[in-house]
Amino acid sequence: MLIDGTLGLVEVEKGIQVIPGANTIITSLDKVINWGRKSSLWPVTFGLACCAIEMMAAGSSHYDLDRLGIIFRGSPRQADCMIVAGTVTKKMAPIVRKVYDQMPEPKYVIAMGSCACTGNVYRTYSVVQGCDLFLPVDVYVPGCPPRPEALFDGIIKLQEIMMKERMRWSPLK
Amino acid sequence: MEPSKIADMLSSEFAGEVIAINEFRGQTGVTLKKEKILPIARWLHDTPALCFDYLRDLCGVDYKKMKDPRFEVVYNLYSMTHRHTIRLNVQVADKQPIESVVSVWKTADWHERECFDMYGIVFEGHPDLRRVLMPEDWDGHPLRKDYPTAGPEGEEWSGFKEVLKKSEDFKKFGWYR
Repeated sequence: MLIDGTLGLVEVEKGIQVIPGANTIITSLDKVINWGRKSSLWPVTFGLACCAIEMMAAGSSHYDLDRLGIIFRGSPRQADCMIVAGTVTKKMAPIVRKVYDQMPEPKYVIAMGSCACTGNVYRTYSVVQGCDLFLPVDVYVPGCPPRPEALFDGIIKLQEIMMKERMRWSPLK
Repeated sequence: MEPSKIADMLSSEFAGEVIAINEFRGQTGVTLKKEKILPIARWLHDTPALCFDYLRDLCGVDYKKMKDPRFEVVYNLYSMTHRHTIRLNVQVADKQPIESVVSVWKTADWHERECFDMYGIVFEGHPDLRRVLMPEDWDGHPLRKDYPTAGPEGEEWSGFKEVLKKSEDFKKFGWYR
């Protein structure tokens, strides 16, 4: 195919240019890596309470998280995202933290539901008042429990955050 | 058999032990003294006409400022063979032990552990009376009425403090910070 020199570089999106006919894309490494990451977000399979049921519904065929490239992984070592779905009790907190620590970088946390965000109505001796006390949360999804659509919205928000990252692939920062 | 008839049988067999028989909406409860709970449980289990072979539930109640003695241990019994039911409410004072019924119903094992965990009621003769829900080094019994709902002020469970410290220490390895 001939390269049409008259058009020059065509900007298809901000920061992404193509040479028409040359099958070539010019963009930054950040954009490519972030796009790859956000398109295959693998959360670790784990749920704590009723929000987990809603998370499962989001994952199954009616809503289908697979559409976003999301596949639940059975091991934290193969996952890069953690959906804290449900009430975190103080007894459970060390275990949740351990699962998070076992995940390789880059890793993200979604706090799903009012309990994971703030502790909800459970201002009690046994419930952690928000999992952000011991985890770096990226996205909060409120609701009791949030509908699968709300979880999707949270995941899309996380993808937007991921696309804005710079140099997360480099040890130099 | 009708629950009221079972209650009558129980009160004639253990006359001095029964304090009251309460009926409410077709349910019958027998309030008992705690001293002979093990023989009563054994009798209810072994008598062929009653044959209470299934302990549905065992739980505690705190009646602080409402009743004296303060605690009650409630046994919900059911018979698989005769399909009848009865409830026993056994009064226990604070810091008083009660006999364990694990030798009669194996189910009672974890139920009694939970009751001990939540109310601090000690079951004598229990094979392994440890906490079952709360962490083992937890202080206090949370379902007691005088236990603050949000936990004792200014105190925190050591295990949770460790997690908070760990997350603070690990922040320097995180990408954002």
